[in-house]
Amino acid sequence: MGELAVAVLGPDRPGVIAALTEVLLAEAGNLTDASMTILRGQFAMTLVVDVPVDVDRVEADLAPVADRLGLLVSVREVAPAVEQPERPQPYLVRVHGADRPGIVHRVAALLAARDVNITDLTTRLSGGLYILIAEVEIPDALDADELSAALTALAGDLGVHATLEPSSADLL
Amino acid sequence: MTHRPGRVLPVVTAPAAVLSSPAAAVDPRNPDIAQLAADLVATMRVSPGCVGLAAPQVGAGVQVFVLDITGHRKARSCHGLVVMANPRILDEGPAKPGREGCMSVPDLTGDVARATTITVAGTVPGTGEQRTVTADAFEARALQHELDHLDGLLFLDRVVGTHALHARKRYL
Ligand SMILES: [Zn+2]
Repeated sequence: MGELAVAVLGPDRPGVIAALTEVLLAEAGNLTDASMTILRGQFAMTLVVDVPVDVDRVEADLAPVADRLGLLVSVREVAPAVEQPERPQPYLVRVHGADRPGIVHRVAALLAARDVNITDLTTRLSGGLYILIAEVEIPDALDADELSAALTALAGDLGVHATLEPSSADLL
Repeated sequence: MTHRPGRVLPVVTAPAAVLSSPAAAVDPRNPDIAQLAADLVATMRVSPGCVGLAAPQVGAGVQVFVLDITGHRKARSCHGLVVMANPRILDEGPAKPGREGCMSVPDLTGDVARATTITVAGTVPGTGEQRTVTADAFEARALQHELDHLDGLLFLDRVVGTHALHARKRYL
C-alpha cells in the first residue's frame, strides 16, 4: 500500500513499543523512520511504516493494543519522502529564561514569518526555568545576522536569552 | 592564596539575571574580593560533586572563579585548587563535545563542545600574583565552563543540539 504514519500518545510503561511493532510486523510492515520520547510521563511516538495493507486495516489491528494500554493511536497515509538535493545549512536556536506563556509561540511565529523551518524542537520546564532548543533551516535569501538580531530583540521583550548559531553536524 | 576562612553561600539558580549578565572586572587586592574567593571555595567544598564555582553563582556579578577537579575520573591535567580574578583565555585547542552540569541549573546536564586544551591567565585574589594555567581534558572543560559564567553564559547557551539536554543523574 505504501507508507503510513502512526502517531501514538499515552501513559509510558515498559512494552508499549513491543506491543505496537508486534501488530505492524504481523502485517509485514517495515519501519522506516521513528521517533519516541517521554514527556512528563507521557509516551509519545511517531513512526512511518511501509506496509502492504491500508489505513483502516492498520487502525483496526492497533485498536486492541490501544485499548489495553490506554493509548491514543492515529494512522494516516503519507506521500513518499522526496529527497532534497541540497538542504540549507542547519542552525540552532537556543532560548532560556523565566517560564511564561507564549515563549514557544513567539519564537515559532518569528521564524515562520521569515520562512524559517523548524526541523527539530525540544523544550523543557525545569523549576521556573524554561528552555527551548530548535534546529532550523534558514532560506538562502535570509541573512542569519538579521534573524539573530530579531531573535535577540524578541528575547529582550520576553525577558529571556536567545542565541542563534550554525549547527555543527560533526560534533555529535 | 586565600588564607581567610570562607563562608558557605547560597547558590543562585537560573533564570536569575545575574547568571546571564557579563561580570565586572575587579581589583584582586580588594579584601572583599579575597573574602568572596574564600567563600566560593568554602561553598564549592561543601557542595557534593561541585568542581568549580563562579562569583555570579553566589549572586556577585564580578570576575572571580574557583576550581578544583582533584580526583575527578575524567581528569588528566590537574592544578589542584585554582582561584582567579579577571581571567582571560590565552590559547585554546580544538573543541570536542562532552557532558556537563552546573549547580545553577540543578536538574539538567548538556552536551557542550569545549576546547580540549586551554591556557588561562588571571590574578590570584588577595596576593595579586599573576597565574597562568594550561589545562586539558576535564580541567580544560571546567575552566571554560567557569569562564563562561563570567561572560553571563550558561551551558544552556552552548548545548550542541535539540537532543543534547538530559535529566541530571549526578553532578558534573
Ligand atoms: Zn556552572
